[in-house]
Formats: sequence, C-alpha cells, structure tokens
Amino acid sequence: MNRFWIILFHTYLSKLKTKSFIITTIVTALILVGLTNMTNIIDYFNKGNDENEKIAVIDETGELFPLVTAQLKTVNDELELEAYTKSEEKAEGEVEAEKYRGLLILKFNKDQLPAAVYKSLSIADNQIPGDLEFTIQQIKAQIAASQLQLTPDQLAKLSEPISFERVALKENAKTQEELSQARGLVYVILFVIYFAVIMYANMIAMEVATEKSSRVMEILISSVSPIKQMFGKILGIALLSLTQMAVLLVVGYYFIKRNLQSLQGGFFEFLGFQNIPLSTIIYALVFFLLGYFLYATLAAFLGSLVSRIEDVQQMITPMTFIIAAGFMIAMFGLNQPDTTFITITSYIPFFTPMLMFMRVGMLTIPVWEPILGIAILLVSITLLAVFGAKVYKGGVLMYGKSNSFKDIKKAIQLTKNE
Amino acid sequence: MVLQLHNVTKKFGNFIAVDQLSLTIPEKEMYGFLGANGAGKTTTFRMILGILNASSGSVTWDGKTIDYSTSPIIGYLPEERGLYPKLKVRDQMVYLARLRGMAKNDALRELDYWLSRFKVPEYADKKVEELSKGNQQKIQFIASVIHKPKLLILDEPFSGLDPVNVEQLKEAVLELKESGTTIVFSSHRMEHVEEMCEHLCILHKGKTVVQGSLRDIKRAYGKKNLVIHADFNLEELNTFPGVTDARMTPEGISLQITDEEVTAPRILESIYDKGFISKFVLEEPSLNDIFIEKVGASYE
Repeated sequence: MNRFWIILFHTYLSKLKTKSFIITTIVTALILVGLTNMTNIIDYFNKGNDENEKIAVIDETGELFPLVTAQLKTVNDELELEAYTKSEEKAEGEVEAEKYRGLLILKFNKDQLPAAVYKSLSIADNQIPGDLEFTIQQIKAQIAASQLQLTPDQLAKLSEPISFERVALKENAKTQEELSQARGLVYVILFVIYFAVIMYANMIAMEVATEKSSRVMEILISSVSPIKQMFGKILGIALLSLTQMAVLLVVGYYFIKRNLQSLQGGFFEFLGFQNIPLSTIIYALVFFLLGYFLYATLAAFLGSLVSRIEDVQQMITPMTFIIAAGFMIAMFGLNQPDTTFITITSYIPFFTPMLMFMRVGMLTIPVWEPILGIAILLVSITLLAVFGAKVYKGGVLMYGKSNSFKDIKKAIQLTKNE
Repeated sequence: MVLQLHNVTKKFGNFIAVDQLSLTIPEKEMYGFLGANGAGKTTTFRMILGILNASSGSVTWDGKTIDYSTSPIIGYLPEERGLYPKLKVRDQMVYLARLRGMAKNDALRELDYWLSRFKVPEYADKKVEELSKGNQQKIQFIASVIHKPKLLILDEPFSGLDPVNVEQLKEAVLELKESGTTIVFSSHRMEHVEEMCEHLCILHKGKTVVQGSLRDIKRAYGKKNLVIHADFNLEELNTFPGVTDARMTPEGISLQITDEEVTAPRILESIYDKGFISKFVLEEPSLNDIFIEKVGASYE
C-alpha cells in the first residue's frame, strides 16, 4: 500500500480509537438526542405534577363557572376547575397546603362583564394564569357582544386578525417565512462549522507537534516525504471529522424524524428543520470541508514550527482569532446578509467558508458567486499547501526555544538547495 | 552497493555545516563517524537520508541518488530518540515498518524475533511511555532495523545505556554487519569505534580532518604511547629527545613519543640501570588521543 494511505489510515484509526474522540462523540450525540426529545422530556417531568393541576374556583356570579369550564377545555384540557363553596380564606389555606394549584375568583364588574382574581403560591408560572385570562377574555367578548346585540358573525368579523403580508420585489428573493427559517438553519450550521474547524485544526497542530516533540518525527521524515506526511494527516483527520459528523447527523436525523410531530411549532420550527433545502446542506458540506482544509494546512505548518506541545496553543492563537473573526462577522451578517461589507468579506479566503455559506443560505445569489468563492478557496488552499509544505519540511527539523513567526523564514531556508 | 559522498557541501545561509566532504563506504562495512558536537554529523546523516539536499556535491548509493523511493533499504536510528509515547510498541513498530515498505505480517514476525532476542517479548503490548529509557532505546533500535535495511545509520546508538545493554546492542549490530548490512556509525565513545569499525573519519567544523582505515590512521599519527612504571623518579624523561608529551602517573610516567623504533630503545637504555622497572610497554595511540589532538582539547 502506498505510504500516503498508510499515514492517512494510521492517523484516522488511531484517532478514532482514542477515548477523547469516543467520549466527545457520545456526549455530543447525547446532547443532540436531548435537544430533539426536548418536548418529550418536558412532558415527562410535567406528568408528575398532574394531580396538582386542579384549580379552586369561587364563583361569585353564580353563572360564569360552567361557561369558563367549557371554554377552558378548548384552551387547555389538562387544567381542572373545581367549584369551591367555602370561604376565600379557607381556599387560600388549601392553596398554601398545595391541595390546589391556585384559586380563581370570578366576579362581574360594574358593566356586568366578567372579571377575575387569580391567586397562587407564586406567579412565576405564566401559562396557567395566561390560559385562564385568555378563556375569560373570550367569554367576556361573547357576553359583551350579546349585550351589544351582535351576532356571532359580527363578533367574528371584529376579532378577525388583519392580513399583513411582506413581499420581496427582487426576483427569487426569499419570502419572509423562508428567510427566518433559513436564518435558524444557517445559524446552527455556522456554529457547527466554527467549532469543527477550530477543533480539527487544533487536532492537526497537536498531532504534528506531538510527533515533533516526541522526536518520532526524525524517523518519520527519513521514511516518508514531509509532503505526504502532512497531507496524509490532514486527510486522515478530515475523514475523522466526516465520521463524527455522519454519526451526529444520523442520530440527529433519526430523532428529528421520529419526533417531528411533537417538534412542530416549537423551537425547531424556528430553526427551519422541517424542510431543509438540499442545496444548503451541500453548500454547508462543501464550505465546511474547504474551510477545514484551509485551516488544517495552516495549522499543520504552524504546528511543525514548535518544539514543545505547550507552545502549540500560542502558535495557533492568531489562526483561532481569524476563525473567530469570521464567525463574528457571519453572526452580524445573519441580520443583514445583503450589506456590501458582508459581500466583500465573503471573498476574503479566510472568511469565505463561513460568510459565503451564510450568504448562500440566506440570500438568493447567482450561482457564480458561491462558485467563485469555492474557486478562491481552492486556489488559496493550493497556495497555502505549497507554501505550508515547504515550511513543514524545514520546520520539522528545527528544534529550539524560539517559536515566533520568524521561524517560517528559517524553515524555508533550511530546505533550499543553494 | 557503495555509499559514496562526493564533495558534499551544505550551507545554511552563510553558515557552512558540511564542507567538501567526500567519503566512500564499501558494502558490508561498519564505518565510524566521529566529531565533536556540532561538527556536522547529523547534517551529513540527514543528507545521506535525503531529508536535506546538499548545497553542492552528490550522495549516491550504488550509483543512484538516495531519496524517498529508496527508503525501504535504509534504516535510521536518530540521535534524538523518540517514539509515539501513547502507542503500543507493536502498533508503532508495524506502522513504522510499513512506512518503510514492509508488509504487516513480516513486520510482526521480525518484531517477535527482535523482542525475544532482547529478552523483552512482553513489551509488545505496552505503551512506550511505560518503558524505561534504556528499554525505549532498544525498541527504537528495533524500529531502525525491523525492515532489514541494507544501509543502516546509527547516530550514537549506545548513549545512555547500561553496560549490559550496550553489549547486547553491540552484539546485534555486529551480527547485522556479518549478515551484510552496511553500517554508518557515529559515537562519542572512541572505544566503541575502535572496537567495531575498520574505517572511520573525524569531522571538525564540517571538514574531514582524518579519514581512512583505523590502522592507517594510527600509523599516520606517527606517535605511540610509552608507559613506564618504576620505583625511581622518571621525571627527567619529560625532556628526552623524541618525547612530545608526558604525563606523570602514580606509578610512573606515560609518554607520547615519535619514532618509536629509535626513541624507545634509547629511553630504555638511559634508565635500565637506575633501579627496578616493573613495566615498560609501547602502546598504540588510542583513538581518543588522536581525536583530541585533531579536534582540539576543548572537546570534553
């Protein structure tokens, strides 16, 4: 087998078997399972409180209670109302003893319209009083309507919401709904790209620095050319990242599909997971991989310059800042994706992976723009790889205390044949 | 199958690390490579291995340039030892052997042979960081020979080992030499070179100062050591004609003399009637003496 593949699979398999990798993957998968099952989990914990969902009602009007009970069924059928006939103080006492969740006192105001007081241990829970208020509000509307002698049709007309539509005039521009869906999805994917690029680039730099500091590099460079080593490693880790992503994607996809019903209308609709455009996923993958290769190449040759593992972080900090800056700009751009600033920065190689992806996901831009972005990335990766390979070749032979960027020059000089 | 360095020069900027080095190392030969720290030994090795390109001149093995395509026939034990600390011995030996073009099963078989030879078969499943330094060194040695190289470069193979391990390793090296491996060998320990190498060269600041077979080098040095033990004072011999250096010892004197066939009998003649002489020995100069004189007394 070609030595390049030996290095690639050695890197891949030995990393795959490490405890830290397995643990990270499992923990992330568990978080994902937790997120996608959020509704189930909340329901599970709420079940225990069921017996406490009873509310004592003191009906001072003598006629509202059946109306409220009937109306509440349509709003929240888990709440149970119970007519309470003893004194208000007694009822309060029973609420304090947690026999009832709360106490609702129904009365009429001076216009013979319903009014109510709700008493409970704390008012931190918004949902129950909110539901009750909404119910009574509806009843009030009915009563008021009958007082004004309105027909139910007229009442419906009154309460009908207005139609208000926002239309983008640009051709193919995304509709409001699509845009907010896209924003959620793009946000999540940007986060994934950001973390993944930092994490795997770090892994590369650590890998190179470990080989160098443990001096096994001396044997390696005498066996295999540094170029093969560098790219074997970069691709090995790329394979590792894809494995991890695939595991998480499968887990995520399975649970989202399974829980799709319960996820409707919640947090996940906001993220736009219902109908993910295929193009967004493909672009996400392409820009993630290109971003990874760009930064991994950078990390590999930066890692080759240090002699001790302790210095790795210091060496790659500037790189981390660049990635973070790209992420910040992308976050800012989520709200205004079509500003000139974002457009221009999306063509700067180190920012392209995140910004161009953000634009592709959020806006409807002509196809040549992402293609140009991809081309720019490919060219920069090639240039960086050629340059990085030279530095790497010399860098791995250099040992010493200094680990500044001046060493790059020294490293290149070392490999020159004068 | 001859390793040939022809007028090899390596410059790093303005610094000349190796200057016009020419060597011919015949097949199945153990060649000693001596030099003080910073003399250019490692740089030369790196050029032989093809890791560094010579600024001028050529390095050839069997008439061909050495590069990564020839790496299966080359073994290298670097001076700076190191293996993957977290990997098991077996895993990394197989990995390193495969990088040198060896099949996995052959590598496992060779590893078993070498581990049992060094009487440490139980190390195969241990992580390198769990082994003592001397044992790591053995593993490192195995890493350099596991793929049966034709050309083996050993940079300070015996440093940091206890005498028992040195003997074990020396035996293994000699056996490899017998089986036809060409070995280039560097050491600070002159006695090892004297014991094992027929040919050698001494580098000083990138230049060859001495080169040739051990016997010729000693002969060309032109000086011998004369050790005399006697029960009377020998101090007057300090200034005897033909004596280039003298050192008093508790039991007598140690002299460095030229023209031993003339000088030694004259010295004997001048002292034989002065008292009891318990020892009068003419010794070959040690490589250590030659090295120190050629490279300078600054070398410790």
